[in-house]
Amino acid sequence: MEAHAPLEERKLPPVQQIGVAVLVLIVAGGIYTAAHLPRHVPQGPTIAVLCAAVVLLAVNVSLLARIDGFAWQVFRLVSGWVFLAYLVIAGMLEYVFIYDHTRGSQLLILSLMLAVFAVDIPLLLGFSVARFQDADR
Amino acid sequence: MASVAEPIHAGLAPSARPAVRVVPVRGLPLVAVAVVGLVVAIATNSTWALDFFHVVGGGLWTGIDLFFGLVLGPIIGTMSIPARMEFSSRVMPKMLLIMPTLVTMTLGSGFQLARKLGNLAANSPNHGWLVASYIVVGVMATIALGLLEPANIAVLFELRKPNPNGARIGRLMKIFIYTAGITGLMQIATLVIMTRLASG
Repeated sequence: MEAHAPLEERKLPPVQQIGVAVLVLIVAGGIYTAAHLPRHVPQGPTIAVLCAAVVLLAVNVSLLARIDGFAWQVFRLVSGWVFLAYLVIAGMLEYVFIYDHTRGSQLLILSLMLAVFAVDIPLLLGFSVARFQDADR
Repeated sequence: MASVAEPIHAGLAPSARPAVRVVPVRGLPLVAVAVVGLVVAIATNSTWALDFFHVVGGGLWTGIDLFFGLVLGPIIGTMSIPARMEFSSRVMPKMLLIMPTLVTMTLGSGFQLARKLGNLAANSPNHGWLVASYIVVGVMATIALGLLEPANIAVLFELRKPNPNGARIGRLMKIFIYTAGITGLMQIATLVIMTRLASG
């Protein structure tokens, strides 16, 4: 089996940094939207933020998938449970949007932002823990 | 002050360390009660219930952040690595359940309350304060989810190893302590905004 460098010295792609960047974009989009509600929210900026977040998230998933010798079991364990928890939180927020009569494209944009959030956070936390674990054998 | 590179083996032997449970399962029913209560408060649109969840959740959230960031954090920073480990293994799992629950309670009820009281309207005199609170919460959420929580969970997993790496735990705890300090300071801004909102 190929020997890997000690955990602290391993060169890993900037998954955590990109994950935080996605989080910043989603939070910024959320603040922009919340600042306009309950009036009409101009959709240009929110769509731009959402697209940027989706692209960065896709890049992050691709970078993560290419890591050789990673603690995937721990990653799946952490991200799976975090995903479950954030599904509850995202579900709660979705419920509030629908309860408050958010409809149409505005609801779609907010739902997609929630979906990105619910994928980004588990990925971020799973990576942060798994990077310090020994790689799967 | 203990060095972050202090070897862990000088402190607690693996057999002497408490078993670390990352998620305290026994606390989950309490989380479920809080979430269901919040859903009922929103669905019934009761001012008292929304106020209850917002004040209780927000008060505890702010208080815990201030206490952790400005009181406990500096104390933890002066503790030896084995002492930090023991403290972390007991406190962190509970924080993992308590904080997301309090944040969900506070934000969910707060938004509905603002909507009900008309503070969301752009012509409301409180609208500017509300937007300021979104920004403060947004920054805190980014710090908490991007730095604090990953460090917290990574420490817990490190503590589960037969031979935890003391230097690594020290480094991660440093991130936790600094970010808890920053969120603690930001909570002072929350207190100013919320008391300004409450006094009309």
